[in-house]
Amino acid sequence: MQVLNSPTQTSPSYATQEPFLIFDNLSKVYPTPTGDFVVLDGIDLAINEGEFVCVIGHSGCGKSTLLDMVAGFRQPTNGEVRLQTQAIQAPGPDRMVVFQNYSLLPWLTAYENIYLGVKSVFPGKSEAIKKRIVMEHLEMVGLADVANKKPSALSGGMKQRVCIARALALRPKVLILDEPFGALDPITREELQEELLTIWRDHQITVLMITHDIDEALFLSDRVVMMTNGPAAKIGEIMLVPFARPRERARMMEDPKFYELRNEALDFLYHRHAHADD
Amino acid sequence: MTAPLDIRPARSRFNLQKFANSSLDALKGLVPPAVAILIFLVIWQVLTMGPDANLPTPVRTVQETWELIINPFFNYGGTDKGLFWQVWTSLQRVALGFTLAAVVGIALGILVGTSSLMYSALDPLFQILRTVPPLAWLPISLAAFQQANPSAIFVIFITAIWPIIINTTEGVRQIPQDYNNVARVLQLSKSEYFFKILFPATVPYIFTGLRIGIGLSWLAIVAAEMLIGGVGIGFFIWDAWNSSRISDIIIAILYVGIVGLLLDRLIVFIGGLVLPEEQKQ
Repeated sequence: MQVLNSPTQTSPSYATQEPFLIFDNLSKVYPTPTGDFVVLDGIDLAINEGEFVCVIGHSGCGKSTLLDMVAGFRQPTNGEVRLQTQAIQAPGPDRMVVFQNYSLLPWLTAYENIYLGVKSVFPGKSEAIKKRIVMEHLEMVGLADVANKKPSALSGGMKQRVCIARALALRPKVLILDEPFGALDPITREELQEELLTIWRDHQITVLMITHDIDEALFLSDRVVMMTNGPAAKIGEIMLVPFARPRERARMMEDPKFYELRNEALDFLYHRHAHADD
Repeated sequence: MTAPLDIRPARSRFNLQKFANSSLDALKGLVPPAVAILIFLVIWQVLTMGPDANLPTPVRTVQETWELIINPFFNYGGTDKGLFWQVWTSLQRVALGFTLAAVVGIALGILVGTSSLMYSALDPLFQILRTVPPLAWLPISLAAFQQANPSAIFVIFITAIWPIIINTTEGVRQIPQDYNNVARVLQLSKSEYFFKILFPATVPYIFTGLRIGIGLSWLAIVAAEMLIGGVGIGFFIWDAWNSSRISDIIIAILYVGIVGLLLDRLIVFIGGLVLPEEQKQ
């Protein structure tokens, strides 16, 4: 408990590492007939290898645009996103995305959905190895027995597990999650959060996740990036989450520090940067 | 409306027809259309019963066309053939023209749907041409082909192709952005994208186009055959009009309607076989 209560003691030793994923003065402007519409304005952020970072903010704050530029779906107007010093220009399997609405192909089984990516990304590997990669990752998310089921036969939580398995099967450097658990019921959401943490620990993967849920962000991440409201959204504050890992939800909830951080985040979102609608 | 009055008949019926319930339900479904047809026939009979009616009564229609009804397979040479052969000839033309329209239409639709340049270039043209009535194409195709049969087939082709193109294009353009994003992240090859994403996602739209197309084909063939002559249900109707065999026309119209319905059902049936399970509504 003492460790949990003293953030200074647990602040990660990132200072010694080279940043892995860098947002360098990133801006996104959409030209409109009535003038330029600035979505994101000067985002600077350095994420370390193996770090778990959550981005929170109100809808319309450009979180998804930010994520799209990391994934490579959109190009920044100014600045750039660099992964291991390489500027990101196009989508690629080194930055796998788990979308909110599952995005599994409904006419393919869970196995085929994962296999499609494995086949495309590892064309040189033998059929047996590709098959093993798919099955290993289905097992990782505990879904080996529904490998031959189509998405329509799976629950929301199962679909999202398949998506995570598909993403990780391609050995990405960064796992990008766009409100992955937003559509799930609270119990499934908590289960998947814990599974995600286990997978993150086992794979030593860098995770960038967008969420609406402050509790989720605090439970999962090393740092919470809080965005100001759009247009021209910026990074408002970056909150360090000092809880020791592996984390236990029940223990974290007992920690006064948790409520301190939670209130700080709530204050940021609902007072200092309250949405016009709220 | 007391309770015993309500319950008793229901219970007794249930006990009597415990095993016949499902077939009874099916029969019940047939009652409204049967009643509607009966009312239609009665109105027809009443309207045409007068001494100076221009059209035959239903009873007279059946009497006069009894030969045609009981023997659809006769063949006395020339255009003097039973209704089966007339319809069969028309169907062959439709099959050829429609198949061509399906192949070309789907290919063009995918091309136009995947390329925004092609879309902006060709969509206005399609939108104009699709409104041209089928028969307006007949003179120009006669001029081009110089023969009746290819002209009729071309009219079918050109009539059926627009809804197929337009629906296929729409299907391609409606592919959910998520699927395209998945394809981009996974860096799928062109053929993989085509067979695993584009085609399965577009199939329901293609079948909508095919269904509209087959309906239009059947509309067009009857009209085109009236003008080109020879064997075929369209010319049969025209020929009957010229020989004042009004009853024959009525029977032929019934045939045309039933065959049109069957063609529509056929496309729906094939669609049911081809459509990915998850794409069915």
